[in-house]
Amino acid sequence: MEPVSTIDGRAIPFGRKNVDTDVIIPAHWLKGTTRDGMGQGAFEALRKDPGNLFDSAEFKGSPILIAGDNFGCGSSREHAAWALMDLGIKAVIAPSFSDIFSGNAFKNGILTVVLPQEAIDRLMEVAQTDPVHIDLEAQSVTTPFQDRFAFEIDPFRKHCLMSGLDEVGLTLERQDAIGAFEARVREARPFLAKGTAVAA
Amino acid sequence: MANQTPRTLYEKIWDAHEVERRDDGTSLLYIDRHLVHEVTSPQAFEGLRAAGRKVRRPDLTLAVPDHNLPTTARLDDAGHKLPIADPESAAQLAALEVNAPAAGIRYIGATDIAQGIVHVVGPEQGFSLPGATIVCGDSHTACHGGIGALAFGIGTSEVEHVLATQTLQLKRSKTMEVRVEGELGPGVSAKDVVLHITGVLGAAGGTGHVIEYTGPVIRGLTIEGRLTVSNMAIEHGARAGLIAPDEKTFAYVKGRPFAPTGADWDAAVAWWKSLATDPGATYDRVVVIDAADIAPSVTWGTSPEDVLPITGVIPAPESFADPSKQEAARKSLDYMGLEPGQRMTDVEVQNVFIGSCTNSRIEDLRAAAAVLKGRKKAANVRWAIVVPGSGLVKHQAEEEGLDKVFIEAGLEWREPGCSACLAMNPDKVPAGERCASTSNRNFVGRQGPGARTHLVSPAMAAAAAVTGKLTDVRELALLEA
Ligand code: SF4
Repeated sequence: MEPVSTIDGRAIPFGRKNVDTDVIIPAHWLKGTTRDGMGQGAFEALRKDPGNLFDSAEFKGSPILIAGDNFGCGSSREHAAWALMDLGIKAVIAPSFSDIFSGNAFKNGILTVVLPQEAIDRLMEVAQTDPVHIDLEAQSVTTPFQDRFAFEIDPFRKHCLMSGLDEVGLTLERQDAIGAFEARVREARPFLAKGTAVAA
Repeated sequence: MANQTPRTLYEKIWDAHEVERRDDGTSLLYIDRHLVHEVTSPQAFEGLRAAGRKVRRPDLTLAVPDHNLPTTARLDDAGHKLPIADPESAAQLAALEVNAPAAGIRYIGATDIAQGIVHVVGPEQGFSLPGATIVCGDSHTACHGGIGALAFGIGTSEVEHVLATQTLQLKRSKTMEVRVEGELGPGVSAKDVVLHITGVLGAAGGTGHVIEYTGPVIRGLTIEGRLTVSNMAIEHGARAGLIAPDEKTFAYVKGRPFAPTGADWDAAVAWWKSLATDPGATYDRVVVIDAADIAPSVTWGTSPEDVLPITGVIPAPESFADPSKQEAARKSLDYMGLEPGQRMTDVEVQNVFIGSCTNSRIEDLRAAAAVLKGRKKAANVRWAIVVPGSGLVKHQAEEEGLDKVFIEAGLEWREPGCSACLAMNPDKVPAGERCASTSNRNFVGRQGPGARTHLVSPAMAAAAAVTGKLTDVRELALLEA
């Protein structure tokens, strides 16, 4: 995955609360076979409105999304994270996220920034006209107007995002331990080690 | 090791699979069995390819298509494969057919007699084993807990993670015991037990927990019945369900294609016996249920927690203490087209679906056929289908003549798959119509846009087919005598 350090640009002042993953990507997009192209289905219902933010000249392709409480609730579909990625979004700022969504976002290298509602309100205002700057190392969101909002992030997640490490890559660094475990299982519980190999 | 602290079944299985533990409490957990289907795997295989990674243990992985497959004939009279009309479904199915064999993964194709719903196929093939950790990119993976496996659903990134590393990074769950005491009354099945439990705990009642189902009622269930109970652990919010393996479990597993044999078998049984929760072990939470309270059950709303005995009446939204539940109940009743005070047995159905990983095993079909034998579906039931859980279940049912019972009663006898459980294939309930369904989710639109689902047991679904209304199967059984 691409390492994340700073994210700069216009932020989509979306602001809506309780955005569920059905809104982010409707169920009929679940029949695809790739992660790509999901951006077309992102916020499909909202984007039927020709005046929507996502397709406006100002915000199309913006790397940051600002949302309300409980972003990403509902179905656990990972397609929601893929849809945002494909739309070009690298960070979502909200007062809170559903656990499953923030896990899925993290696994795909999307930064989720939790800030209190007052900060969100101010950023929504700035976002109308000016860019927003996120610094993951410093754990801050700043604006061209001297606003500075600090945010918390799990140190492990921060490390993974900053070094572009995906979870698979990290676990693969533990291959020796996994191999040693497998050797122990072959010894102690050989029946678990055999799988589909037992039948001809 | 002597004088260890007493542990639960869950803790024993977890401990036996911990590769290592990080300081923050996250464990690297080894996965013994990985089931793969067409919907949640294509992006995982794509991710592996993009990163130049390999499947670590194709021999611990089994692939089978189920969600998208049409349940109509798969071969023409000349034995040629029939095409799949929906291009997106066809593409997903084709991707699995290529991806699995390319990675060296055993693939059970659409026309193989062993094909079926992943959660039916795993235990049936002896691929799912007691004490094993089992995952699948599907939330009803908890089903395999019925034979004493620690089984849970995962997302697509996790599917990729398991394919590449055969492990998952996880934190330990809390434990809950749900003990069902007493004895089930006549006409009350495993499905009624789990619907009742879901009603008692609520849809989020098990959140953060792995539930072990215990007590004489659970012990008395067949393995098929236990799979039905564990299948719906997710519907009361649990990460997984577990039922301790016993002699019934061993008899069920023995002799299946991928089951251990010879010395391996003896070692396996010895280990499985050691997994039972130790006397003195404690659970974070214990819930006791009296079987005398469990009637043939049915859902009235759009959450699986909206459960009533078939003798019940639709509740008024104001009867719920929680204001958000009142609001949800109002929306549910509106969607379902029902009125408070209406008797469940007055609700007419136009569709009947007997199938899904909850209730499509041979015993389920026998229970439905026992009610339908010598009877006919009611005129107002427009569409009634029976979808066996696998080709092997279908074959067994045909050996027993159950297919004839269904067909003579006016029901359709289909090819195996998920079908109208989630309506990803062409089997859908039309908008505004009602369905008595043996599946596990009554969510808005689950069986098709605008479809209204009532979750019931196979015998109750059959009874509804006969009368054209939700019906107390116990009364129908009396008529028979
Ligand atoms: S039958 Fe239904 S619940 Fe079971 S795996 Fe298929 S879609 Fe999921």
